[in-house]
Amino acid sequence: MRPKSDVQQGTLALMVLRTLDVLGPQHGYGIARRIEQISGDLLAVNQGTLYPLLLRLEQEGAIASDWGASEKNRRARFYRLTRAGHKLLETETREWEQTTAIIERFFTVKAEDFE
Amino acid sequence: MRFLKRLLTRVTNFVTGRQSDRRLREEMEEHLALQTEENLRAGMTLEEARRQARLKFGAVEAVREDYHAEQGLPFIETLLQDVRYALRLFAKSPGFALIAILTMALGVGATTAIFSVVDATLLHPLPYAHPDQLVRIEDDLPGVASRDVGMSIPEMRDVQQSGIFQNVAIEGSGSVNLTDSYEPARIAFDPVTPNYFAMLGVKPELGRWFDPSDRTPGFTLDVMISDGLWKRGFGGDPHILGKTLRLDGDQYQVIGVMPAGFHDPAREADQFDTDLWAATGFSGDPAPPPSRSDRIALPFIGRLSPGISVAAAQSRLDALVASLHKQYPGDYPPQSGWTVRLTPLKESVVGGARQSLLMLLGAVSMVLLIGCVNVANLMLARATARGREMAVRQALGAARSRLVRQLLTESVILSLLGGIAGFAILFFTRGLLLRMIPQSLARVNQISISWNILLFAIAVSFAAGVIFGLAPALQAGRLDLNHTLRQEGRSLRGSREQHRMRGALVVIEFALSLVLLIVAGLLLRSFWDLVKVQLGFNPQQVMAVRMWLPVPNDPKADIYRTPAQEAPLLRELLRRATALPGVKEAAVGSAAAIPLNHDRNPFTLILEGRGMEKNQAPTVEVRSVSQGYFHLLEMPLLRGRLFSSLDDEKSPQVAVINEAMAQTYWPGADALGKRLKSGEHMSGGWVTVVGVIANARTESLAGPSVPQLYLSAYQSREKELAIFLRGQLDEAAIPSEVRTQVRAVNPDLPVFGAQKLDDAVAASLSERRFSMEMVALFAVTALLLAGLGTYGTISYIVSERTQEIGIRLALGAQKGKILRMVLGHGFSLVAIGAAVGLAGALVASHLMAGLLYGVKPTDPLTFVGVTLVLMVVALAACYIPAMRAMRVDPLNALRYE
Repeated sequence: MRPKSDVQQGTLALMVLRTLDVLGPQHGYGIARRIEQISGDLLAVNQGTLYPLLLRLEQEGAIASDWGASEKNRRARFYRLTRAGHKLLETETREWEQTTAIIERFFTVKAEDFE
Repeated sequence: MRFLKRLLTRVTNFVTGRQSDRRLREEMEEHLALQTEENLRAGMTLEEARRQARLKFGAVEAVREDYHAEQGLPFIETLLQDVRYALRLFAKSPGFALIAILTMALGVGATTAIFSVVDATLLHPLPYAHPDQLVRIEDDLPGVASRDVGMSIPEMRDVQQSGIFQNVAIEGSGSVNLTDSYEPARIAFDPVTPNYFAMLGVKPELGRWFDPSDRTPGFTLDVMISDGLWKRGFGGDPHILGKTLRLDGDQYQVIGVMPAGFHDPAREADQFDTDLWAATGFSGDPAPPPSRSDRIALPFIGRLSPGISVAAAQSRLDALVASLHKQYPGDYPPQSGWTVRLTPLKESVVGGARQSLLMLLGAVSMVLLIGCVNVANLMLARATARGREMAVRQALGAARSRLVRQLLTESVILSLLGGIAGFAILFFTRGLLLRMIPQSLARVNQISISWNILLFAIAVSFAAGVIFGLAPALQAGRLDLNHTLRQEGRSLRGSREQHRMRGALVVIEFALSLVLLIVAGLLLRSFWDLVKVQLGFNPQQVMAVRMWLPVPNDPKADIYRTPAQEAPLLRELLRRATALPGVKEAAVGSAAAIPLNHDRNPFTLILEGRGMEKNQAPTVEVRSVSQGYFHLLEMPLLRGRLFSSLDDEKSPQVAVINEAMAQTYWPGADALGKRLKSGEHMSGGWVTVVGVIANARTESLAGPSVPQLYLSAYQSREKELAIFLRGQLDEAAIPSEVRTQVRAVNPDLPVFGAQKLDDAVAASLSERRFSMEMVALFAVTALLLAGLGTYGTISYIVSERTQEIGIRLALGAQKGKILRMVLGHGFSLVAIGAAVGLAGALVASHLMAGLLYGVKPTDPLTFVGVTLVLMVVALAACYIPAMRAMRVDPLNALRYE
């Protein structure tokens, strides 16, 4: 079995934002589930750690939340992306792409490139 | 931005106490329910589904804590928790808390008090616009050993036009008779150049400034008055502007009122505040016409052009002086070495007080440090007693940093409580304390207990709390868990490290106290030497009363213009003064002849046969006195004769000089019969020296004797006069009795400033007395604290070693040996402390050498004596616990095991 990888704080936040962006308003469990599915069960995240993060994002104004009814018609708190959240996601995505692009170059580089 | 938003929410949550758990709980329940359902669908049993859901969710408590931390301000919450805990602890051991708080209150209160003085005098900028640009301009003639001889008007114009200064102004000082308003009053009056107020940049509260571009050579007949005179003399009349005042017989018009709290920069703090300013060019009547060698011995103040530093201005000024030397070789003979010197105005205002104040601040900080050491000692003892508590907490998983933090919080709270208490005491006793400060201290009236002083007190107590808390806190953080927990049921013992630290604290305490005690000892000896100094005159039973003859702007209007006009007045005054009740002897003279009144009256002289030019002549202090003066003050004649009744306005001018003048100008020769002259005082003729008197400390108690020249009062035309009386005088009645007599001669002459010479002698020592008393007080406090600290530490060590001592005694150790052991331990600490302290005291005493008089900074008597005193106190402090150790009952001691 391959060891599951840890998730950095910032990365998890980015995942949350992206999930909400793609799937629209979700409740906590939904977000946790999607992240799990998308990452292909490779992430070792205790689902509980999501909640302090959600609170923090909400305090930062990136997401907003309201009580609503779940699929089973139960009371659940739904999170959605705000305008500020969209902007944040854009900048974070750009930064992330830049970082991966740079790292990518390091991976593809060969010894003869320097000759 | 995001950070700020988050912080705002957190602070709001924290302040409103909104820490709702509910939302999280509901969300968690929801989450777990959904997950359980999912698991059930996957075919798990209900129980297994729930378990797996929980597992997947993670530790609920950890999540909750993170959630909490995200919601509020964990740092502050922990702090509040620690504060509550600390306060509970203090309530449980109020004795400890009280001692610590009192010690800190004493230390912080005293430090803050001294700081408030330093703040007002040294730190606050002068109350003028851009005070950094203001400088004093002083002329020196180093070739003839004269400093600050004053500047001539042409020189002032050269300097003014050099571009170095925006403005150069003169601040004269004197007094003037204000008549026909109410009773003739002598008013503190500053003749100033018209640009004076514009240069200082202080606006009048009513009316306007003098016109800075006014070029009138004499007085402009415009005056500005002080807020004080306006309220006192004119009842705050709103129509005061344009009113005329009669000053020394001339009519002046009021054009402005200066605001309350305005002080002239060159006025000494113990002089009266100026009530009236008149503008003059200092170059027309009554002043002599301007000439390069007629120096005006008044303070010159300049405002530097923007962007020019004092150093740059000085070097440009040096160049200017060099070119003037070339241009006017006749006026500036090279032997005199004329130079112009700039001093930042603030330096010249604060002057000598700086060193004493810094010394006081240093001394009081040492007391504070010693206090800190004492409290640290207490904390250390408590830390040992609380060792188990700390060990248990650590064993239960408390981080060391958390424990250190908690202990530091405790000590900072103790210190802050102490600091606040100290500040409160200071605040409520400030009136009393202010009265202790000598009035002659520069800017003493600006001392206030304000917000920044409170801020200082808080900052100091915070720092002190960290200082004395750090050692015990770090110790607790390094606790040996196994060792501490295993001491179950036995009395706790401090570690070896704690012993070392406690010893180090005693050493520090003694070193600091020794420094303070030696400094105090040196100051005390200086003061004592000054008190015992041979005055050379007898101030006892002598009073001096001052008066002032008017100087009208038109010399022809002056009824006391020549000695011949003035002499009859003086004779009549003397006759009436002698007849006053209780008076045995009386004399009249110039006000400058009052001993220790700090009035300088320097005059340049021409000595016959020396062929000396002006500007190269020696300066001496000139006084005029009537024949009875020397006998009244018991100033002994060395050679020649004193004045007689024949030395009057009709006979040739004669002078009596002091030994210092004879030594300076006729070394190795007989000064008797030598002749000299000067411009104003001696009406142009030659004056013959007829007598030499012994040097007396009439200028200052500490300073060397300056050359003095006494003229016969009837042969000079002095305007500032004094009447001297000796006898069984009624201090309260004399001023009015003298006033009545003077009025009877001329009702326009004001009488003021009656003083006993005894008081003048005491007053001239007041600043020294103040710093000596303060340092002595600090030193005694330090000694007391150090003694208590040593006593506490040694007692503690003895009580810790009770068992060991019991075993030793049971095994047959001699009681004397136990005593020596404990004493030896204490003594070795004190000896190290004394060695460190002696080194520190040597440094300190050299730093304060300028404050000493008659005693060397390395005075062996003080050093050895004070060290011995300290040793005795230390031994006494060790002796009591040592005796207790000796009397330990072996049976009892062992039973505790």
